Amino acid sequence: MLRTLAAAFTLAWVAVTAPAFAQGQVQEAQARLQGTAIDLSGTWANRLHEDWIERAPGPHIGDYTGLPINDEARAVADAYQVSMQNMPERQCILYTTQYIVMGPQNLRIEQELDPISGAVVAFHMSGTVDRATHDVWMDGRPHPSPNAPHSAGGFSTGKWEGRMLTVTTTHLKSGLVWRNGVPHSDQATMVEHYARHENMLTVTMILTDPVYWEEPFIRSATFELDANTRVLPEPCEPQVEIPRSPGEVPHYLPGENPYLAEFPKLYNLSSEAARGGAKTTYPEYGKALRSTYKAPDKCTVYCCGGTTLTVMNNSQAVCRTDDPPPATPPANPPAAVPPPRK
Amino acid sequence: MGAQVQTRGRLLQSAVVLGIAALTFSTLAAQGRGAAPGAPAGQAPTTPAPPATGKSGAPFDLTGTWVSVITEDWRWRMVTPPKGDYASVPINMDAKKAADAWDPAKDEAAGDACKGYGAPGVMRQPTRLRVSWQDDNTMKVEADAGTQTRLLHFGDWKAPGGAATLQGETTASWETGARGRGGAPAGPPPPPPMFGNLKTVTKNLRPGYLRKNGVPYSDKTTVTEYWDLLRQPNGDQWVVITTIVDDPTYLARTWITSLNFKKEPNGSKWDASPCSAR
Repeated sequence: MLRTLAAAFTLAWVAVTAPAFAQGQVQEAQARLQGTAIDLSGTWANRLHEDWIERAPGPHIGDYTGLPINDEARAVADAYQVSMQNMPERQCILYTTQYIVMGPQNLRIEQELDPISGAVVAFHMSGTVDRATHDVWMDGRPHPSPNAPHSAGGFSTGKWEGRMLTVTTTHLKSGLVWRNGVPHSDQATMVEHYARHENMLTVTMILTDPVYWEEPFIRSATFELDANTRVLPEPCEPQVEIPRSPGEVPHYLPGENPYLAEFPKLYNLSSEAARGGAKTTYPEYGKALRSTYKAPDKCTVYCCGGTTLTVMNNSQAVCRTDDPPPATPPANPPAAVPPPRK
Repeated sequence: MGAQVQTRGRLLQSAVVLGIAALTFSTLAAQGRGAAPGAPAGQAPTTPAPPATGKSGAPFDLTGTWVSVITEDWRWRMVTPPKGDYASVPINMDAKKAADAWDPAKDEAAGDACKGYGAPGVMRQPTRLRVSWQDDNTMKVEADAGTQTRLLHFGDWKAPGGAATLQGETTASWETGARGRGGAPAGPPPPPPMFGNLKTVTKNLRPGYLRKNGVPYSDKTTVTEYWDLLRQPNGDQWVVITTIVDDPTYLARTWITSLNFKKEPNGSKWDASPCSAR
């Protein structure tokens, strides 16, 4: 009797869950059988060969170039003061998952397998520093209600399109896109594409945000499979770094950020170009700009960033000006052989 | 007992899943290797299938006009950056010395205003690409920036290997990832796969600039590109080109970037312009 009940229960469970969960597993299993589902697991090194300044040291204050943002986003970013990040209550706020493409971190991808069928139930992606874990469900489960809580990681589902993994993310909390205060809202959604070519993984992210962005925002970054890459999530422990009065929040009121003019001045850009917007991302804007633009005579900041030609001089990173010195002799050279005694 | 029930449930569900998947796959596979459409069932076709051409074997349609949307490296791509700005490019000291000697007036005087528009450079320009088939095995990629044309050769094309040129010589192939099915089937060519990417390899390049401010590449450069089509829920189509530049003369390691082009409904914004050295 008990066995009959168990069997009936099992069949009912399969019937109820099959339309949602099993469909995803069927697709995943089909993709594996057809040889299109590929193994993305491993540690992937971020080479930072594009946008090195924005991803590594961080963007200049007031640099919104290439960002199709609207006036609301500019207002938020203009008010941003980086010091707010060291408030104890903000130190451990996670970057949202779009930072996989935006950030400087390496990437680790793990597969969670169904222990019986072997199908991929989920990919779990994580980076080095305080970034939300990116869980991508492959089993066909639906996205939760629009009223469900949002998180830094959001809710992500994936599907195979040939050998490309396409991921859709909803339920994001608001967060920083660039570390100079450029935001995305909690209405933002994200589509990612993971395309592996040999030992490279190109991740393309298209962020759509009706609150702060005029157009979908596309970024792509290529990682290299590298078993020696360090991906060590760092636990966050808030501490008082700067004593402040209770309730004090570092910020700038509208029109009072004194640093906004530094970036366009540094590169001879117009303030309009520096402030971004969708129209500034298309070729016709560049053509109009180049008729009046004159670059500074020479580069002065971050000129060799991302190369091996950087050296430190008086605590400043500068470009080496000559070939690397020859290898230094060992500290303890072998003793000279004494001449034979006569 | 509860664990047993759960285990049996998982087993049953997994069996259902795998069964459906295997059935579906076997159906698809049969479609791919079966007799030609219209041929009597079970009758083996006698005419060998012609090899797929670059055009007939394309898993997606690249033709049309694509615009580069400059949301990355804006300050290095939308305008010519200042001399000595090499950030993000893994150059070596020889490259730095060459870039420090960059003189656009000298390039103009030498008729070399297009040095920033060679294959590794022009794709990073703010540009539109117009893609078409010149013939069944040659894809033509035109850029309105600098009015350049690249030819991507499919099939068994052999590079003539003459004098190096600005756009070099490019071989192309579709990477579909489809599993082999035991030799070439007879009958008409099978339908093209639905998914895949384009891979191109470009060599025999005349020296030029990776960046318009004189960051150089040499005639030993190889450019490998992977072209992926991304279809969006709102109907947008993007091509992302993962680009690997290998230059033993001027790069300390390969330079890996990815470029984003959006499909446009027509070519009305095409605006061919000459090269500019500045």
